[in-house]
Amino acid sequence: MTAPTTPPELVQLLTPEGERVEHPDYDIDLTAEEIRSLYRDLVLVRRVDLEAVALQRQGELGLWASLLGQEAAQVGSGRAMTDADMAFPTYREHGVAWCRGVDPLHLLGLFRGVNHGGWDPIEHNFHLYTIVIGSQTLHAVGYAMGIQRDGAEAASLVYFGDGATSQGDVNEAFIWASVFNAPVVFFCQNNQWAISEPLEKQSKIPLYKRASGFGFPGIRVDGNDVFACLAVTRAALRNAREGNGPTLVEAFTYRMGAHTTSDDPTRYRVADELEAWKLKDPIERVKAYLFRNQLADQEFFDKIEAEADQLGRDLRARCLALADPQPGAMFDHVYAEPHALVDEEREQFTTYMSGFEGAQ
Amino acid sequence: MTTLTLAKALNEGLRAAMDADSKVLVMGEDVGKLGGVFRVTDGLQKDFGEDRVIDTPLAESGIIGTAIGLALRGYRPVCEIQFDGFVFPAADQIITQLAKMPLRSLGKLKLPVVVRIPCGGGIGAVEHHSESPETYFTHTAGLRVVACSNPVDAYTMIQDAVRCDDPVVFFEPKRRYWDKADVEFGAPGLPLDRARVAREGDDVTLVAYGPMVKTCLEAAAAAEEDGRSVGVIDLRSLNPLDMPVVRDAVNRTGRCVVVHEAPVFNGLGGEIAARVTEQCFYRLEAPVLRVGGFSTPYPPSRLEDHYLPDLDRILEAVDRVFGY
Ligand SMILES: Cc1ncc(C[n+]2csc(CCOP(=O)(O)OP(=O)(O)O)c2C)c(N)n1
Ligand SMILES: [Mg+2]
Repeated sequence: MTAPTTPPELVQLLTPEGERVEHPDYDIDLTAEEIRSLYRDLVLVRRVDLEAVALQRQGELGLWASLLGQEAAQVGSGRAMTDADMAFPTYREHGVAWCRGVDPLHLLGLFRGVNHGGWDPIEHNFHLYTIVIGSQTLHAVGYAMGIQRDGAEAASLVYFGDGATSQGDVNEAFIWASVFNAPVVFFCQNNQWAISEPLEKQSKIPLYKRASGFGFPGIRVDGNDVFACLAVTRAALRNAREGNGPTLVEAFTYRMGAHTTSDDPTRYRVADELEAWKLKDPIERVKAYLFRNQLADQEFFDKIEAEADQLGRDLRARCLALADPQPGAMFDHVYAEPHALVDEEREQFTTYMSGFEGAQ
Repeated sequence: MTTLTLAKALNEGLRAAMDADSKVLVMGEDVGKLGGVFRVTDGLQKDFGEDRVIDTPLAESGIIGTAIGLALRGYRPVCEIQFDGFVFPAADQIITQLAKMPLRSLGKLKLPVVVRIPCGGGIGAVEHHSESPETYFTHTAGLRVVACSNPVDAYTMIQDAVRCDDPVVFFEPKRRYWDKADVEFGAPGLPLDRARVAREGDDVTLVAYGPMVKTCLEAAAAAEEDGRSVGVIDLRSLNPLDMPVVRDAVNRTGRCVVVHEAPVFNGLGGEIAARVTEQCFYRLEAPVLRVGGFSTPYPPSRLEDHYLPDLDRILEAVDRVFGY
């Protein structure tokens, strides 16, 4: 079961070899500085991910869902947003979190089990991670309907996987978005796998083609090409903000790692597939492009490497220093207003815990 | 006798059920090639083929809805919901359709669908992977609800659930998946709707099910060192309840503590307390006490040890029940 590696009608602006290619509908004019900045994002995001995997292996995190291989899809789409746009992630959007200015420590906190997501979704316009597959697509559409009613110049951008496209919620979100012409972009990272199930268990047609049945455009983009992801998402968001309704973007990519650190992909997929996708690495092609066009020198790459090392070290130290919450914290924020039952249980719990004080 | 983990015992039970009846199907997310995220269905697709062990699209409502259709066509689907927190997209199909169709057909239709749900916490998981949603289903007439606590019961209960002509919601205590016991292949177990006396006791009766049975047995052993004789009932069936077994035990001890991971408020403990009070009123030395989860969402894993009933919380309740 090998997934197709050269799908038809793929928007690509940068080949795996680092060659710029033209596309009639989508082009992008990036300064050298912007390209170097995208490269930096890609490298740093990958480093955050590698560090998190290592921390999980060492027992410091309960779990981690690696984004390895999906850096370009996330950085490209993440950088396409304006500050006013709102992102709705799954549990794997660490690269988008990065673009929205969320401290990666918060991501580690969630997977360490100190909270369910410590960042402020309003401050960053980056919603909480959603683990229940597909639910957030409806939230994004509702949010977009709010934007529409406010007459604001913004859109929502919702992330989900190939597996998620089977959920009722996602299909309902497509219908709502279409019927209400909501300013939302559906960004599906087709990483070819939903845990152990390959794409053909979810769909007999390319995912981007689903959109036409719902009445809005669908586009497939090379998910390992940060230029193309940026260009296509930017255009789709602009379109949404201008009142032209939703777009489905299928970012064709590959989950290079296990589903999560609990998963063992050798049970269900062949190594050849991984090898083929290694040649399409999202970071290498940008590096090649920068080198070839003399937009960056070795000194630049060394500097980014050093910055990544520093980021990893710093993140590790701060993760190890993350304190467990106070036990009584579980009674906080259950309700916005005082609640007799929770208050009563909190009090009983406090009394119970105080019985242990000084016991050891 | 073979020593099996609880997960493997379920696997062997499913295998026996599939061998016994070619209409038995297994379906769910990742149940085929992967063998399920807990490996409960490991090897079944290899041995029974993709027609009988089905990797479904990622949609719980779809899993249960199509299982109902398959059951209408004479099949006996065993559906896996990957984790407790993901059963809710299927709640509509379970509650409005699966539970009620037999009655709506005046008994002409039978829906022998099993819905397997790994449940409970204690494994350090992220959100939605540690919940105890049993009460939503025990509250729905038309569903049988059971929970296994150990490999021996797991092996027979899953086969009985598959043979049962009613829909069965089958809870599996995920933190006990790796517990081992000697299982005898082919040996029958207690009927599916019977409770089991897991430990005899004279002074107080602990009533539990699923993951908390083991914790209660440990608490009982600890209490014995303090000179208290603590009995433990493993309910096994949550709807219906096997009240005669509970009643006999409480009539002997006069004291009862119900323990579950699900929140105490509106939990199964309330129903059991009410029934014990009605049926054992003149023998009770104290009110029936409840130990369970709090009225908060399941906390992040670093706090779960405080949320989950443990030996201390159970023994504290045992102390209190002697304080009356
Ligand atoms: C409603 C629901 N059902 C099942 C799961 C368990 N689960 C977690 S991730 C996953 C696969 C998701 O695949 P996909 O949508 O392709 O996203 P990816 O993980 O590949 O990024 C499953 C089945 C879940 N989280 N939520
Ligand atoms: Mg996927």
